[in-house]
Amino acid sequence: MRDEAENALELDDLSVAYRVGGIDRLVLRNVSFRIARGEAYGLVGESGCGKSTAAYSVARYLPRNGSVTGGHVRLDGKDIMGLGTEELRRVRAERLSTVYQDPGKALNPSIRIGRQVAEVFEIGGASAEEARARTLGMLEKVQISDPPRVMQSYPHQLSGGMQQRVGIAMALANDPSMLILDEPTTGLDATVEAEVLDLIGHLRRELSISVLFISHNLAIVSRMCDRVGVLYAGMLVEEGPTDRVFGAPRHPYTVALLRCLPRGGRRKSSGQLDTIPGFLPGIGAIGDGCAFADRCGLVVDRCRVERPPLYDLGGQMSRCHFHDRAQSLPHTTLKAPSESKPSAIGRPVLRVQGLNKTYGRRGSGGVVAVKDLSLDLPAGQTLGLVGESGSGKTSFARTLLGLTEPDEGGHIELEGKELAPRVEERSFEQAKSLQIIFQNPDSALNRSHSVRSLIGRALRRLGGFRGADMDRRLEELASAVRLTEHHLSVSPRQLSGGLKQRVAIARAFAGDPRVVVCDEPTSALDVSVQAAILNLLAELQSERGVSYIFISHDLGVVRYLSDQVVVLYLGRVMEYGPSEEVFSGPQHPYTEALLSAASDIGEPEGGRIRLDGEIPSAAAPPSGCAFHTRCPRRIGSICDDVDPELVEARSGHAIRCHIPPDELAALQTRRPSAPSQKMSPERSDDHGRP
Amino acid sequence: MGRRAPFGVFAISAFILKRLALSLVTLVLLSAIVFGVGQVLPGSVGRLLLGPFADQRAVDALNTSLGLDRPLLVQYGDWIWGFVQGDMGRSYMYEAPVRPFVVEALGNSLKLAAVAFVIVVPAAIAGGVIAALNYNRPIDRIISIGGLTMTVLPEFVTGIILILIFGVWLKWLPISAAWPDGAGAFTQIYYLILPSMPLILVLFGYIARMARSGMIEALDSDWTRTAVLKGLPWRLVIWRHVLRNALLPTITVIATQTGYLIGGLVVVETLFRYQGIGLLVFTAAKGKDIPMLLAGILVIGIVYTFTTLIADLLYAVFNPRIRLGALS
Amino acid sequence: MTMATAKATVDRPAATPRRDRSRMILRKLFRSGVFLTGFGIVLFWVFCAIFGIYLVPYDPLSSDILNALQPPSAVHWFGTDQLGRDVFSRVIVGSREILVVAPAATLLATVVGSALGLCTGYFRGVLDDVVSRIMEAVMAIPGVLLALLAIVSIGTSKVAVIVVIGLSFAPNIARTVRSAVMQERELDYVAAAHLRRENAAYVMFVEILPNVIPPILVEATVRLGYAIFAVATLSFIGFGIQPPSPDWGLSISTNYGMINGGFWWTVLFDALAIASVVIGVNLVADGVQGAFSER
Repeated sequence: MRDEAENALELDDLSVAYRVGGIDRLVLRNVSFRIARGEAYGLVGESGCGKSTAAYSVARYLPRNGSVTGGHVRLDGKDIMGLGTEELRRVRAERLSTVYQDPGKALNPSIRIGRQVAEVFEIGGASAEEARARTLGMLEKVQISDPPRVMQSYPHQLSGGMQQRVGIAMALANDPSMLILDEPTTGLDATVEAEVLDLIGHLRRELSISVLFISHNLAIVSRMCDRVGVLYAGMLVEEGPTDRVFGAPRHPYTVALLRCLPRGGRRKSSGQLDTIPGFLPGIGAIGDGCAFADRCGLVVDRCRVERPPLYDLGGQMSRCHFHDRAQSLPHTTLKAPSESKPSAIGRPVLRVQGLNKTYGRRGSGGVVAVKDLSLDLPAGQTLGLVGESGSGKTSFARTLLGLTEPDEGGHIELEGKELAPRVEERSFEQAKSLQIIFQNPDSALNRSHSVRSLIGRALRRLGGFRGADMDRRLEELASAVRLTEHHLSVSPRQLSGGLKQRVAIARAFAGDPRVVVCDEPTSALDVSVQAAILNLLAELQSERGVSYIFISHDLGVVRYLSDQVVVLYLGRVMEYGPSEEVFSGPQHPYTEALLSAASDIGEPEGGRIRLDGEIPSAAAPPSGCAFHTRCPRRIGSICDDVDPELVEARSGHAIRCHIPPDELAALQTRRPSAPSQKMSPERSDDHGRP
Repeated sequence: MGRRAPFGVFAISAFILKRLALSLVTLVLLSAIVFGVGQVLPGSVGRLLLGPFADQRAVDALNTSLGLDRPLLVQYGDWIWGFVQGDMGRSYMYEAPVRPFVVEALGNSLKLAAVAFVIVVPAAIAGGVIAALNYNRPIDRIISIGGLTMTVLPEFVTGIILILIFGVWLKWLPISAAWPDGAGAFTQIYYLILPSMPLILVLFGYIARMARSGMIEALDSDWTRTAVLKGLPWRLVIWRHVLRNALLPTITVIATQTGYLIGGLVVVETLFRYQGIGLLVFTAAKGKDIPMLLAGILVIGIVYTFTTLIADLLYAVFNPRIRLGALS
Repeated sequence: MTMATAKATVDRPAATPRRDRSRMILRKLFRSGVFLTGFGIVLFWVFCAIFGIYLVPYDPLSSDILNALQPPSAVHWFGTDQLGRDVFSRVIVGSREILVVAPAATLLATVVGSALGLCTGYFRGVLDDVVSRIMEAVMAIPGVLLALLAIVSIGTSKVAVIVVIGLSFAPNIARTVRSAVMQERELDYVAAAHLRRENAAYVMFVEILPNVIPPILVEATVRLGYAIFAVATLSFIGFGIQPPSPDWGLSISTNYGMINGGFWWTVLFDALAIASVVIGVNLVADGVQGAFSER
């Protein structure tokens, strides 16, 4: 039935523009790539590079102000741009499917799941009865638990992971030849993400679909894709087989991007991360030369006047005149490695004991967000707090800061003095010693105030500075976080995400704090910007001897910055200890699963453990060990009934598990090779057309 | 997320009970406000009724017989208790119980409102939907700006202009709503067309605007994109996916406008001399017939509270997010 | 990048934030045809209210019974009313009172409503519950009726109309402000202020208030339209502006009884005048809303 073109998808010299303020701005410039039958092609790049635009151009679905200004998209050899309305609809119905970012929004909130999936079969001509039966089969195929119940549910009744499984089921229901995956796991928890990616990989191989995979996450693309294209400012700057692009990149941008990542167990003591200086050029604001010229360490005059073509390097392509030298891109880090000074032995700067936080009614019906949490934070060190959604990370941070009141009975001591539960009741000295850098600078910085007044007010209140003294301090602080005079005079909304976060950092440091809570400070940032912020935090720490509580779901980042690590699950400490010991093991099975979920670029597959099912609700935590419902190493009914104690594996490293640490160590060196996966009955008539 | 919400009848009835209780509180406050505002009268009611030259003793006697010398709280309690039992007080003007007047007037007003409603709701929803589907095209501009313009004009202004055009110059429609005795339903409707027009014009803009913005939001949503990229025909995308979500907020608007409609009748009924609740309130206000005035306004408030209650319940019925969970 | 964020920010940063922002909004306003049309209409009537009395051909209040109910002519452009007063002169100066009373009522409503909204949204709790219930009850009575009741009760005067309409509109503004404040309150900059140990007044007025000014302005301009609507309506039913003012609503009220006699000019011009000013104000409101809504 299908015309047998050689490639499943071809983008040929595609250009797309958005009309903003009456002017067309090019967001995609002459992008060409091909995806062979059955191939998985990854399109990576930082935000604003045009990767989603490329994806939706394939389905010919652009926002109102977008238009294709040139080039072709061929699906199975047929030009999508030339299709009439009905033909286009048929292509969408029969050949092309998309799995969307943010599955909660991609499903219709007022239609039952079963109906939404069955619809796809009905377009294909199935009767209502048949469609229902096939929907059930499809939901089984995506390994959703209790498909009949899910069919009767509305989207808001499902968790994010379940919603995305439905999204995948819906996408595969029409047995497409081409599948577009638009950041399909962004926003999901790490362990859930790993499950969903496994599922995608498994189904792709089984159904031999061609895939266009859009992601900002290089590690995921390296795991999922055969070939990869790197987009920068709307242009394809490098392309090739995944292992070659990530192993031996030939464009300075790719080289720089890979260096930004805290990979392979890198730590702050082994040196700063590389960054990419400068900013992404504004949409449509590229001159004649190479788009990356202004940020490139290898730039010469030629780069600014002559736009490089895509040089073919035998399967790998690079849009750089000096592709042969790309890997000799100079490092941006000039400073000597920063070393956090281990404090003199003595009392920790912050000590938390038996902290509990319950929302709503205590006892029955309340949500226990933090349960019996104790930790010590030595001066000048970083304590990494790791956990997924519902782990209580943010509740803990807010309780620590006195923004919400903890349950009675716990203690927080700052420099040996007991802290009152609410910030209003704490002394000024204590308030300024304990500050926070919030996750989202848009929310944390008042958009009505200038950067100068944001930092100035903090200096005034927390530092007690006035007049000329204050001006001097303001300049010092601004230069410490690399903000210029120009940045001070604008509103935070006029700054990029990275600069905003620098303002937030400056504000937190206004009163010379002893402890700064960093609540996912880089999770909304691109990797190149993230690297710069991490460097800044490490630098400020080594200069000022401040301690951090660093909350993150990104293990690479935590490992880079932390001296100590605490792993939280449903508000409970599952494991704590010195960073390197926690990462090297023995580990709590949950820590082990988190580590397995966070695969590194180029890391071989296999040897990973996978979790089943959903993260339970903090409102109804499981009995016994909170983790037993998902634990791949559950040993028996003791796990269901008895909450284990924290057991010291070594001095200062403790694990909350019924399995003794040395046994865990033995289990973990053997590493089970079979990922725990639910078996699903595989019926070929589930998806294949007769 | 992720947990099965407390499902079914139990949750719904809990929601209804909660909503009913809130309405009750509103009604109590409403009656207190109406009663309170009605009591600030300068001078006494007796003086007002008997005129400036009456004997002070006669005034006091009248006040006593009307029960106006008692503490306010007692008067309020008496009034509201009577109201609950169906006794709305005695009119000063007609020296007769208020209730029959109010009941009849309310019935008439509901007739007028029904005519306006039956015309405006489908027209406005269709207008809003058409405007949204033609976003930023001329037809959208005409509906949006035209609707906005009509909405903001006071009813007596549009009423006067409509009377001049259709009643005085063209002589197509009767300019008074008072139909001849024993008129049939169709004649009554004929007489009500012109009076209902100002109301329709005001309501059209509101409802169309809401429908339009709901549609635009729905059309721009991720799930509409999903439906389109599934390959559903456009017609199905609109009917099955978009409309259902887009028109949900419009239900609430229609309900709040019902309240307005009943209240906004004062002007229209005065203009067209139609014996509805609006004219009743107006006449009572002119004649300082406080019991009648209070009763009329309270009844209007009750109708408003009742329609918003219905709207909230309908909204819950159509919106699974509220129907299933999200209540606790 | 998703579809929604496709309106990429292209503009490069400029100088001082707040002034820059208001300048940007003003620029947007004066580029909007809708706003300019409305602004022109309103400006015209404001001009008439202030200077009209010196420009009109006849004294709008002096009657001339011999020339009563004259149709429009070269002598009396809009004809004369039943007391022989020149309709054109009356229409031109007829905005004097409504353009004072309605804005004053709106101002009162905005101040009271914003204060209530700021307090209930910020402190929440019992205060919020009680105030919100009361406001909901007030809003259950159509504004004109509440005003009618109050005016019957306290007597007819301009001040009474201002106070009564101002107070009956305050809940609408309070509701808008309250929900805006409740959203702002959840943002981290408020938490950051608490961590600096700022007091409640500082957080409310310096941190939150500037961010809820846009919705307050939008709601206030919308309310101004309704206030004109309400004042005109009250005048029409005899509880607003009192004779012998040439007020439009009042004029219609005194003349519309004769409409069947064909004396259309005694009401039509006043009706059109009200229509134009109400539409003008609402076009302004629409423009303001547009300028604030898009980034």
